[in-house]
Parts: sequence; structure tokens; C-alpha cells
Amino acid sequence: MTAALEVRGLTTQFETRGGVVTAVNNVSFKVEPGKVLGLVGESGSGKSVTGFSIMGLIDNPGRVTAGEIFVHGVDMRKLSATEQRQMRGRDIAMVFQDPMMTLNPVLRIGDQMAMAVRVHEKTTKRAAWDRARAALEIVGIPSAGERLWAYPHQLSGGMRQRVAIATALLHQPAVILADEPTTALDVSIQGQILAEVRRLADETNTAIVWVTHDLAVISSFADDIAVMYAGRIVETGTAEEVIANPRHPYTRGLIESVPSLHQAGEKLPQIPGATPQLSKLPQGCPFRPRCNVANQACLGEPPAHDLSGRRVVCHRPLEAAA
Amino acid sequence: MSDILLKIDAVSKRFTRKPGVVAAAIDRVTGKDSTVTVHAVSNVSLEVERGEVLGIVGESGCGKSTLGRIVSGIYAPTEGEVLLNGDIVAKEVHGAVQKQTTRVQMIHQDPFASLNPRMKVGEIIAEGPRIHGLIPAKEVNDRVGALLEKVGLERAYANRLPHQFSGGQRQRVAIARALAMSPELLVLDEAVASLDVSIQAQVLNLFIDLRKDLGLTALFISHDLSVVRHVCDRVAIMYLGRLVELAPASDLYEKPLHPYTSALFDSVPKLGVGKRSFAAIQGEIPSPINPPSGCAFHPRCPFAGPRCKVEIPTIAKAGTGRSVACHIHNGGTGAEASVPVFTEAAA
Repeated sequence: MTAALEVRGLTTQFETRGGVVTAVNNVSFKVEPGKVLGLVGESGSGKSVTGFSIMGLIDNPGRVTAGEIFVHGVDMRKLSATEQRQMRGRDIAMVFQDPMMTLNPVLRIGDQMAMAVRVHEKTTKRAAWDRARAALEIVGIPSAGERLWAYPHQLSGGMRQRVAIATALLHQPAVILADEPTTALDVSIQGQILAEVRRLADETNTAIVWVTHDLAVISSFADDIAVMYAGRIVETGTAEEVIANPRHPYTRGLIESVPSLHQAGEKLPQIPGATPQLSKLPQGCPFRPRCNVANQACLGEPPAHDLSGRRVVCHRPLEAAA
Repeated sequence: MSDILLKIDAVSKRFTRKPGVVAAAIDRVTGKDSTVTVHAVSNVSLEVERGEVLGIVGESGCGKSTLGRIVSGIYAPTEGEVLLNGDIVAKEVHGAVQKQTTRVQMIHQDPFASLNPRMKVGEIIAEGPRIHGLIPAKEVNDRVGALLEKVGLERAYANRLPHQFSGGQRQRVAIARALAMSPELLVLDEAVASLDVSIQAQVLNLFIDLRKDLGLTALFISHDLSVVRHVCDRVAIMYLGRLVELAPASDLYEKPLHPYTSALFDSVPKLGVGKRSFAAIQGEIPSPINPPSGCAFHPRCPFAGPRCKVEIPTIAKAGTGRSVACHIHNGGTGAEASVPVFTEAAA
């Protein structure tokens, strides 16, 4: 089966006054149709830039300098700007963190969704509105027909995000990239949206890349997890394995610092220090200064280990728990 | 007798927007009133003992931050009063809020917004004690240095500007600034919400240490149930401006009584439990401008009966140290057939 999305060796660099900064460093992963991949990392880890790079949304001073991005077997980077634009929205779509930024505040929901339909297909306005209504119904918006006449400010945050997801669904793309889409929402609304997205992946066979900083969110509904640190993917594997049995010290540190796994009031195991600035990365493994198992060997570039379906980039991967 | 430090007594806060000139003229002609009133906090009573950390949990618009601001003396309550050691925290004089005490200090959510970018960290920390004359001028530097060390930063950082720090470090500075006033009560409004997980753990650990060292009393406002469980002794759950449940943290997490509390717990993603269904709560959070009649939660509550639609439930005792505002636990709803059995509630 062709993967819905396969990324190989993706590298994105920004030219700054302080020199060239590598925000995404040789990132590779793939997502099968109907699967959800959780791309997890803290701020500055490059997870959002990875999403923007795949969509071709990197502007000066940034540039995708290397790598291949296959959507249904077609390398996006080999296409012309026009061909890329034809694919965006039709074959690969994105949902952003803040739905108020995605939606045009002066257009009715129906008008802007119909516009998204008619960019890629020759169809009547009426047919486009029907498609928009159907998409709103899929994401669980009640009385979708009336909502099409509403302006974005008349909807709540959760509803707006559903509209953004519905817009991404209009052409039944092979892949949807979602960049922290529930971070700004309340937990009860987040729960509703996670349930809808999981159902969509299962029913429509859409592949979903869910970018987030929240391990708990991702562990409860992703199939696979990729953990990013300082622009690199440091660990990948199935969600169950990565959470139950982290092999990279950073992944373990992240999981252990979640309060709900500990006795109330007891001190949390913490990762010392702060995420490094990309312009001043330490030599060798970027996690070395914060790592509690690092030694001299970690001053060299960390090697990738393929461990039965998992991939860990580390000099000293942790032992598998019994 | 227990030592009550903070007493929130039947506090309500309403925000009103008066109609503009045109709307007022139309109102006069039509006889309508277009004044908009938001009931941000309605009739909340709470007590906090010295040395206790009380968590206040709820979703956006539930009034938790407004309550925090009332306790800090930023807003004066519309009704009721807030007493710290028996003294009023803030009162309204000629339409302006006058803070009556510096013994309550607040730590805000966003350390990028709460620190003046043009003041050195040392000045930020010393500003309060200097203005209120709490420490002699020549001891200021020592005090600032000691506070920086206390929150895990270096003394030399006093000469730096906020932009030279990361988010976690800035939040430490904000904590040092609050501690500089030697407050009796700290109000933390989503103090760790904007931090990365690994940094959040560092700041929570700092808070746990400080609490042990200084015997802090605190109101810990958060939407994050796992963080609250970790640092709080008791937890108050708010929904649409009202207190719906109050209980010791361990009891609450073991067995939530209010349907909203248990639905909230169910919708929180938990680490490492595998795939599961969410959507524990249907529907949207209603607007506080036009709250539903009766129990504000009834349109989303799976157990709501006819009584819930008309009568606002009052908060009543439900077991040791717990109380809950729900008709299910307080006399029934008229739809008992569909109500699950909560054994403890009968007590």
C-alpha cells in the first residue's frame, strides 16, 4: 500500500543574522491511510515548521533545503508552484491552531467553504454550498444548513475549529495536517473534536498528522507517535509502545513529568534546563546537556537504531522494560 | 478551631454594559432595556485555611479568573465580601476599586505579558517592597538576591531584562515578585498553563518546595485537572459562575459527585490508557450573558429531570468535607428512574 504521506530527509533552514538555523533537520516519517500520527514536541522543537514545510508554506528567510515529500506517491517538491497549489486543499489540507486566523471574518461560513470547493472543481455555487453543508454535518455541527449563513464571530471557538476541519475535509484529501488544533479549546470541547477526528480517520480513510505538545492528548487517539527535539525526530513507534516503553531519555523525561502519573504532592521528576536555542545547539546530541544518562560518546552525532518497528536516535537508548 | 485565613462570603460579580447614546434613546422610546449584564460569579462562598492550597477548576467563562481577581482585590465584588483575616480585601469608593491590603499577591498566566519588558528583573522584584516601604533601601539588593535564589535563579540575573529569560524563568521571576511582598495568600491564575511540559514540572516542583518552606496559603486556579490534583488539598469546581462541587482533592478524584465534574474528568485525555472514546459532555458551554434557567448545567446533563430546568440547586453538604450543588444529591429531580445511584450522597 502506498503511504498517504511519506516524508524523507526533510530539512528546513532559516537564514538569520546569527547564521543559518536548521529548524527541521533530516526528518523522515510516513503515515498510512486511515492512521493518525502524533508529532509531539515542546515549543521550538520544529514540529510546526515541519507541518508548514510539508504544505509548502515556508517563506523567506526560510527555505526547505532538502528532502522529499510524497503525497500518494507524488513528490510535492518536484512540482511547479501551480501544480503544488492545485494539490493543496485537494490532496493535502491543513488545520491551524487558531481558527479565527483561518476563517475570513467578513465572509459567511458557506461562502468561504464554497470558495474552497470551487477553487478545485467546476461546479455551481449551489452544489458547492451543498458540499459545505455535508462537510459541516460530518464534523458534528448541529443545524449545519443554518450555520452556513453565519459569520465566524457568531460561532464559538469549538464550532470555528469544526468549520476549519470541515473545510479541510471538503475534497476528501489523502492527508490532513493539524497543527495544535485543540490547544486553544476547553477540555470538554477538545474531547468532542478528538472523537470526531478519530471517527473521520477510521471512516474516510484520511491520514492525519496531529502536531501537539500534549502527550496525553496524543496517547489517547494516535496510532503512531514521533517525538521531536531541536528539529529532529528522536523517537518513533506505535503510540502504545512509545508511551509504555520509551527508549529515548527525552521521551521518558517528557512522560515522567506528567503530573497524573504521580502521587499527589510528591515532587515530579523534571528534565533540567530549558530547550536549547536552535542557533546555539550543543555539540553532538542536542539533548546531551539535559540528559541524565549522557556520557562522552554523546559528543558525537547520535546514531539511529531500528528496534523492532521503533526508531530511536540516541547513543545510549534505554533498555526495554521487562 | 481551624484557622481560617480567607473567607469568601456569598460573593457575586456582575459586569454591566450600559447602552450607548443611540441605544439609550431607542430604549426610552420603545420602553425596552438593552443593558447587557454578565453574571461572572454568582453567590460563591468558600473558606481557605492557613497553609492550605485550594484549587479552583473550570472551563473558560466559568468565572474562576474573576473570582481570583476579586480575591486579589483587583475587582470589588458586586455583592458579598472577601475577608482576609477578617479584613476586607478591596472595596469600591466612588466607582474606583481601592485595594485595602498587600497581603494577597497574584501570579498571572502569561509571564511575557506580566513583566514590564523595560525594567530590569531586580527592579521588578523590588518595586513593590520599595513603594510600600517594606524594606530599607540599602537592604533591597540583598533581598532581591535572596528571592532570586529562592526561586532557583542566580543573584546576578537581577541586572537582566525579561527578554533575556525563557518562559519558565520568567514565571520564576513573577513568583519572586509576588513573594517579595511576603504575602499571606497567593493567587495563581493558570500559572503553569503557558509552559512546556518539562518546564511546567520544574515550576510545579518549585511551588511544592516553596509551600513546604514558607507554609504558603494559595488559591490555585487552573483548567488542568491533573496539575490541580497534584498540588491542591481541596478542589472547587465552577460552572458558569457558580460553585458546583467542593471536596478534598483525593475524594473528588476518586469519586466525583456532580455530573459536570465526572463528565469533565471523563473528557480529559489521560496518558497511557490506550485509545478510548471521548465526547463525555455534549453541547457547548452556555453564555454567561444568558444562562439557562434552573441548574446551568441541565442542557448538557444526561441525568437532568424537570426540577433541574426550573430550580437553581443550592450547594449542600454531601459527606465529610464535601459539598455539591445538584438536585440528584439533594432531594431528587423528578426523573429518578434514570439517575445513577450515588451511595455516598445519601449520607
